[in-house]
Amino acid sequence: MYEFKYHRPSTVRQAANLLIKNEDAKLIAGGHTLVPVMKQRLAAPPHIIDLSHIEGVDGIEMKGRSLVIGALAKHAAVAASPIVGEAIPALAELAGLIGDPAVRHKGTIGGSLANNDPTADYPAAVMALGATITTNKRKLKPEEFFQGLFTTALEADEIITKVSFPVPKKAAYIKFRNQASRYALVGVFVARLPSGVRVTVTGAGSDGVFRVEEFEAALQKRFSPKALDGLTVPAEGLNSDLHGSAEYRAHLIGVLAKRAVEAANNRA
Amino acid sequence: MAKISMIVNGNPVTGNIDPRTLLVQFLRENLRLTGTHVGCDTSQCGACVVHLDGKAVKSCTTLAVMADGHEVKTIEGLAADGAPLHPMQEAFREHHGLQCGFCTPGMIMTAVDLVHRKGHDLSDHLIREELEGNLCRCTGYQNIVASIAAGAKAMAKSDLA
Repeated sequence: MYEFKYHRPSTVRQAANLLIKNEDAKLIAGGHTLVPVMKQRLAAPPHIIDLSHIEGVDGIEMKGRSLVIGALAKHAAVAASPIVGEAIPALAELAGLIGDPAVRHKGTIGGSLANNDPTADYPAAVMALGATITTNKRKLKPEEFFQGLFTTALEADEIITKVSFPVPKKAAYIKFRNQASRYALVGVFVARLPSGVRVTVTGAGSDGVFRVEEFEAALQKRFSPKALDGLTVPAEGLNSDLHGSAEYRAHLIGVLAKRAVEAANNRA
Repeated sequence: MAKISMIVNGNPVTGNIDPRTLLVQFLRENLRLTGTHVGCDTSQCGACVVHLDGKAVKSCTTLAVMADGHEVKTIEGLAADGAPLHPMQEAFREHHGLQCGFCTPGMIMTAVDLVHRKGHDLSDHLIREELEGNLCRCTGYQNIVASIAAGAKAMAKSDLA
């Protein structure tokens, strides 16, 4: 790891000011992505701004019909939260599938979204549920926020503060894990919202999380695994690597989407 | 350099460290608490698991400065020097839950955290699921799972947390 200067703001505003003052500064929350890449010298930020001592940004609560999760909420807290379990059990389950127990004690929802790893789990939920990402400056919808591989709409001095999830009628997330890394080789989130059905895929797209509109249209007519019979996702634009070919991932998307619909129906 | 202070195994400690010092380095090299091991150094293997504010974390992926003002417990802190072993340690000895022993400190700290979260009656399936962040290359896990199940039960009757 290369040298850096360490900063510890106690408010989001202080953190944003530090981002403005220090070029190429990086925020750290749980550090479970940033520390490994710094150790590998793939990243060498001259300034590290530690968000982990900022208080009051890790709450989990219902506000009206939305579940609001603070950006610094740990995966373990989301997984174990009775509020999440009651409102969106699929989201609690998803959080409990991230990494391993020790990783879940450190990793945060804000960190996962800001990093926008194409194999991360949270982006699938945020996009399927049409969640609103609130920063210190504005509110963003998932379609604006996610902008491709490790890329988001976040500006240089912008910090995620919370995520608001509309509560769906039904939802489920099915993840096919890479056996070594536990990241999603493919993960499919299916949500049936008052506004319609959404199907999102993580782990497979070479541009990160994406929606499968053909599946959505079919499930809108009939929310049953059978509605997806005969429908496929083209392998074009999907990742191909030593863990699985694009064709294999395309096949998995169809299989996992059916399982997710079944799981969502069984839960309700 | 950064001045840090924290509670380690119940004792207040301080350090003046380079901010890039990992928690595991601070524990091993500054405090000479070498029970916590560095296995893979990539947050996969879990040999470095310690408790930070009572929760299992991988100390090879935690900056020591981020633990400033917090409380850390390592394998050395489970039972006092010369006192009987912690029930989870004793269960690993009794059930032969180790061979080379390199992963054992992390296994035991993970197991104790698991008991704190899930109670004293743990199924084999749950234990195996919860061990996904801890690798052992000797035992085949069978005896580790047996040790944790027994240790969890023994912890219910013990004063040691």
